Amino acid sequence: MTVWIEVDLCNGCKRCLKACPYGAVEMKGDKAHILERCTSCGACLEVCKQKAVQSDMAPRVIPDFSDRQGVWIFAEQREGTLHPVSIELLGKAQDLAADLDQEVAAVLLGYQVSGLSRTLIEHGANTVYLAEHKALKDYRSVAYTKVLEEVIKAEKPNILLMGATHIGRDLAPRLSRRVAVGLTADCTELNIDPKEKILLQTRPAFGGNVMATIANRYSRPQMASVRPGVMEAKPKPRNKGKVIKHKASLTEKEIGTRILEIVKEAKKAVNLSDAKVIVAGGRGVGDEGGFKILNKLAAVVGGEIAGTRVAVEEGWIPVERQIGQTGQSVHPELYIACGISGAIQHRAGIMNSRYIVAVNRDPRAPIFQVADWGIIGDLHEVLPIMIEQIKKA
Amino acid sequence: MKIIVLVKQVPDTAEVKLDPKTGNLIREGIKSIINPDDLHALEAAVQLKARLGGKVIALSMGPPQAIDAISEAMGMGADEGILLSDRAFAGADTWATSFTLGQAINTIGTYDLIIAGRQAIDGDTAQIGPQVADFLGVPHVSYVFDIEDVKKEAMVVKRRLEDGFERVQCTLPALLTVIGELNTPRYPDVAGLIDACREKAPIKAWNAADIGVHTKDVGLEGSLTQVIKTFAPKSQKQSEILEGTAKETVNTLIGKLKEINLI
Repeated sequence: MTVWIEVDLCNGCKRCLKACPYGAVEMKGDKAHILERCTSCGACLEVCKQKAVQSDMAPRVIPDFSDRQGVWIFAEQREGTLHPVSIELLGKAQDLAADLDQEVAAVLLGYQVSGLSRTLIEHGANTVYLAEHKALKDYRSVAYTKVLEEVIKAEKPNILLMGATHIGRDLAPRLSRRVAVGLTADCTELNIDPKEKILLQTRPAFGGNVMATIANRYSRPQMASVRPGVMEAKPKPRNKGKVIKHKASLTEKEIGTRILEIVKEAKKAVNLSDAKVIVAGGRGVGDEGGFKILNKLAAVVGGEIAGTRVAVEEGWIPVERQIGQTGQSVHPELYIACGISGAIQHRAGIMNSRYIVAVNRDPRAPIFQVADWGIIGDLHEVLPIMIEQIKKA
Repeated sequence: MKIIVLVKQVPDTAEVKLDPKTGNLIREGIKSIINPDDLHALEAAVQLKARLGGKVIALSMGPPQAIDAISEAMGMGADEGILLSDRAFAGADTWATSFTLGQAINTIGTYDLIIAGRQAIDGDTAQIGPQVADFLGVPHVSYVFDIEDVKKEAMVVKRRLEDGFERVQCTLPALLTVIGELNTPRYPDVAGLIDACREKAPIKAWNAADIGVHTKDVGLEGSLTQVIKTFAPKSQKQSEILEGTAKETVNTLIGKLKEINLI
């Protein structure tokens, strides 16, 4: 596909410049101009009010989905206990269903888990679709995919939400491929478009340095996963709902995997989410030795030590101390970011900090945009002074 | 054992800078690297080959310059490389990407194992592995951090969970997505890198026709999701950059922290 600007139609409004996630549109005089690095992603096509951005893509027809009804959540259970994210998703599902004037449903798979239906109904489900089978006792990709495919094909939901847990992030993509629908991972915001009545799915994109709103116009159900802790549960203790049983038939041969053992590991004694002060380091710390000075600072301010994905990958700090989208989310009173550039994956994990201090050599580092106070300088020079001064204070 | 490794070239997002005035991304000069999780996939494949014999094929989809990722994979020990590159592939979501990769794997023919990184740092979706597995109709195990035993018909691997792990037996052929805990990737071997840049290097470049797909089924046209808006994440903070020498800035900072009783 190729994208070009019809210069006669362009009124120089720059909407396409702002929409381009790749910085591939610039102004030539008062007209937009598409650069080499365009990836034909099409983001500019959507925003142009003049229809000046054109492409050789055949116009796509949006199918009629009026028979697709219901906002569903996948009720994730492990060993008979519901994962809290399922309850949170039911909270969001109630809002979305209200906007669409549709019903909320939960789909629950497992073995001897029917007791959980009550909890799901008391948190907003009008219907619980229940499939119980020995082969569904522990989560397995192929088994869960097959049964969900059957229920979805029979009931035709409009929306299906899942928690972005290690199970949800394994199941959602496999299932989306199976039922031939689009999927948006790790959404931080979900809304219904008031005009088109479609699900608007917002998530970090382009390495998380921008936010993107994604639509799923051409397939149903509209599938999205949401990280635990993002949405809010809305208990409805007097809610009445019904349970519809689905008869699953599964053979071990078609599943392909067998769980030999599930091992719980005692959480290592790091609970960063309770820490009042956190001193964290990133690439700028330079090496494992560099973390010694961070440790000293942590000791004088009574804080915990943590780091970015890079610091973990370099082996400077253990993985249980990683903060960010793939690590932990924290909310200390004070977060001291040392040598951290602040990719949004990291910023996502520290957003709820009360105060953020950033020390970085590079004034262009994105961390300074979220810091209350920034010091532009080499942490190896700044931190020793800080430690001295705090000791004196 | 024939192993296909899925490799993606990504911008090093940890290096991304923002213009301090406008808050916009500065896109110039961002390095391209092999996606970190994919390095662990390559290392696992090369180790399995050393143990069991066979060959390793590195498969990537991307613009022509993604050939660098293929060369690096071959420097690490991959025997062959295939780059899927075509204007028609551009703008693909994970639905269209998994279709393209799946078709390419079917074009390669038989295989015992496919290994991919859990997720790429530019998208963080973790969707491609399971989607490719379902397209091919083979089982998959994600978040793998230990490959215990691999035999012709089945293997035993450990899959990471939030609060522990599970040991999973899986029939072959299959697909694994792996995480950093699995191994320490080797550095590419210089001689291998040089070989990969020779004209006769076993690297193929395939376009849409080579893998037998219609352009309407791949790239943006073949995608089911679309980006309809992008925007800068909002920040409510009133950021203040402290001025002066290192000593002065630290003193100012400590004064501020004292004011709010944090030290």
